[in-house]
Amino acid sequence: MDTILEMRAITKAFPGVKALDEVSLSVRRGEIHALVGENGAGKSTLMKVLSGVYPHGQYEGEIVFEGEVKAFSGIADSERDGIIIIHQELALVPLLSIAENIFLGNECARGGVIDWDETNRRTAELLARVALRERPETKVAHLGIGKQQLVEIAKALSKKVRLLILDEPTSSLNESDSDALLELLKEFRAAGISSILISHKLNEVAKVADTITVLRDGAAVSTMDCANGVREDDVIRHMVGRPLADRYPRREPKVGETIFEVRNWSVRHPIDTHRKVVDNAGFHLRRGEVLGIAGLMGAGRTELAMSLFGRSYGTGIEGEAFIRGEKVDLSTVPRAIAAGVAYATEDRKTYGLVLDQTIRRNVPLANLEAISEHGVVDRHRESDAAEEYRRRVNIRSSSIEQVTVNLSGGNQQKVVLSKWLFAGPDILILDEPTRGIDVGAKFEIYTIIRDLAAVGKSLIVISSELPELLGITDRLYVMNRGRMVGELLTADATQEKIMSMIIRSDTRTEAIGHG
Amino acid sequence: MAETTAGRASDRGRSGFAFLRNNLREYGILIALVVIMAFFQFATGGILLKPVNLTNLILQNSYIVIMAVGMLLVIVSGNIDLSVGSVLGFVGALAAVMIVQLQMNFVIAAFLCLVVGAAIGAAQGYWIAYHKIPSFIVTLAGMLVFKGLTLWLLAGQSVGPFPPTFQLIASGFVPDFLGSGKPNILSLVAGIGLALLVLFLAIRTRRREQARGVQEEPFGFFAAKHAAIFLALVYVSWLMASFRGLPNVFIVMALLIAIYSFVANRTTIGRRIYAIGGNEKAAKLSGIRTERLTFLTFVNMGMLAGLAGLIFAARLNTATPKAGLGFELDVIAAVFIGGASMAGGVGTVVGAVIGAFIMGVMNNGMSILGIGIDYQQVIKGLVLLAAVVFDVYNKNKV
Repeated sequence: MDTILEMRAITKAFPGVKALDEVSLSVRRGEIHALVGENGAGKSTLMKVLSGVYPHGQYEGEIVFEGEVKAFSGIADSERDGIIIIHQELALVPLLSIAENIFLGNECARGGVIDWDETNRRTAELLARVALRERPETKVAHLGIGKQQLVEIAKALSKKVRLLILDEPTSSLNESDSDALLELLKEFRAAGISSILISHKLNEVAKVADTITVLRDGAAVSTMDCANGVREDDVIRHMVGRPLADRYPRREPKVGETIFEVRNWSVRHPIDTHRKVVDNAGFHLRRGEVLGIAGLMGAGRTELAMSLFGRSYGTGIEGEAFIRGEKVDLSTVPRAIAAGVAYATEDRKTYGLVLDQTIRRNVPLANLEAISEHGVVDRHRESDAAEEYRRRVNIRSSSIEQVTVNLSGGNQQKVVLSKWLFAGPDILILDEPTRGIDVGAKFEIYTIIRDLAAVGKSLIVISSELPELLGITDRLYVMNRGRMVGELLTADATQEKIMSMIIRSDTRTEAIGHG
Repeated sequence: MAETTAGRASDRGRSGFAFLRNNLREYGILIALVVIMAFFQFATGGILLKPVNLTNLILQNSYIVIMAVGMLLVIVSGNIDLSVGSVLGFVGALAAVMIVQLQMNFVIAAFLCLVVGAAIGAAQGYWIAYHKIPSFIVTLAGMLVFKGLTLWLLAGQSVGPFPPTFQLIASGFVPDFLGSGKPNILSLVAGIGLALLVLFLAIRTRRREQARGVQEEPFGFFAAKHAAIFLALVYVSWLMASFRGLPNVFIVMALLIAIYSFVANRTTIGRRIYAIGGNEKAAKLSGIRTERLTFLTFVNMGMLAGLAGLIFAARLNTATPKAGLGFELDVIAAVFIGGASMAGGVGTVVGAVIGAFIMGVMNNGMSILGIGIDYQQVIKGLVLLAAVVFDVYNKNKV
């Protein structure tokens, strides 16, 4: 196989920091090249250099693509050569159709008049190639996130892609969608299209990659050929720069009496009110316990949590909640907080942080009473609180005056956690607490969870990563299609057992449906 | 990296100029006001800062400043209010009808007017906060409705004049009970007292911050800034003292600025309003009653528009159907010139007030220079654009 891309000694400096330090990367024709590293290691910066977001002249080093030295001055430039990047945040226009999105800026038109027959015909072809069974006229807003990803890839194909760059493509996909996407990459490989895959999910990387390059602190620390097999632990060791003995901190669970109980909880979809998103679910939580809720994407876990937390999701909510045996009213967020419940969201940018405000302003937001007297904020107490949590959960930042939008994902997550810890809850619901954050930060989050349980807090962890749930929880509920379909002690649980619970519940509901 | 907060921060701002460059966004607007004032002072041959003109400048802009203070909160929370000009006109008309035509006691009438203003704000805020109707549309409707109601209330006529006691709201001066009024001792004492108070508070805050190691402003900069503020306050009070002393409106305005600045910066309500504008969903999930606060910002805006309406009517000594026409644009422009962001979550009360005075000084200065209203509009428009471009540029630079 020959080399399609050669990046040589790329150095990119921002005021005060060197984001990339003489990084070299070489991609062969028709391979899947994985790029891994902790947040802030320089993966995205490197790809921005490659795609021309940072134009030629703003970096040092050279890019050789298809044997020619390239000096891209913008994305349009690199796209013309067939280098297409698909970002983590999808860049589709929700209210336009699939066909319109695919050919946006590149319309099949004659003299400015769009040829819709041609557009739809070509869209149908592209959709067939990515195995997406949707009509070209369907609006993108009606598609799930996995299908939107496929539309993005179809769009890349329409531009005669030769090197496809995917930035965390599976971070918001469920398992089956992720697998489909990875299969697609393999097909592309067979067709001679190279891909660069940026991912935190090392098991996926191990599944498909031909070569893995590890970046750390702006330098390429290792390139591994997967032909001879690569161990995840090796990759992690290179990523964090030290061997990681355990991926989960050890703990001695001290589980006490039942503190929180939910019975017969049902929630309807806010728009499609006939649909029960959570159906007669119930669970209990003990003092000092870490409880996991497993399930596929769309199982109703987030909806259950948000509807419990001040009815922040859904309509027609029924059911009862008890804290220490007494019925509690959780009907508004302030009431839920007063009852000692906190919910740290899965989507920290949309629901968790006031991004253009500082750490100091974000940390006390859910408990301003604690830093104020008669409604007047004591700025010293505010700073103290923010400073204390910055230290306690190890938020890496220049100071508490740093604006949260500039923090890495893991540190943003720590700010969200700090906010809820500062509110002093007894019951803490963490929704996908480690989504999109790197191995080192994950370990820190697990440690925080362990320490909270150790001081008698009760935690509910919702996660789509089964190994994580198996690693940190004491007990698990399995949720599927809005119902609780199983409960088991983590000590007895395996990934297979959980998956089979989900699958069995599916067949059972279908049987009932047919009967 | 994590433990060097204070040390690093103070190194960064060692020199005054470097500090200024880093904080250009904060001080840029104030510097712009000073430059514009200096320019017109020079161009008008010293007329701008003559005692009589300065007093007039304050009186002329009081209602814009008062509304800008309320508008700041509305814009910070992520909304906008286009109806304030019409509400000002409507409340002024209501005051005229009650006081001139119905011979009502003006204190009761003024109180009712404020209540009506707040009620108008509540009516608009209800749709915006609880039914999620975009504020642009609700208040655009309000603008038309209250413009129409003003016409109806006044039957298309001007109504006036007001009794002299009512006029004092806008054109009266605080009596000089400390001296004979030439020069006005009260004004001087109040000005110097205020200047000392500001200086005292600044020094106290600085001391406390230094004690905690969170101070990053270099001393030279601090000293220069507060010397300038001190001198400016004393100078303005001297200018006012040598005319007729402290206008009543000035007291009202100064109180409102102080109160609202405090509310925005130092209270939990202020924190929450900024959080709503920054990220409403996150604010709501943090237990903030976003609907109620949004609603209250509009009630407050309505009340302040009502107050401005009273002052404007008293100043003109008549209520006209055209009162308040286009004022909303001046108010909104003032807030944006003052550094607020269209997206919400950003802006300061003091910035909005300075923005209002930039517009006011330009109006006043250009009128003195005899520049036609046509050019005035063009220049004001360009200044608004320049201010926001500067702001966006500065934000991106960081």
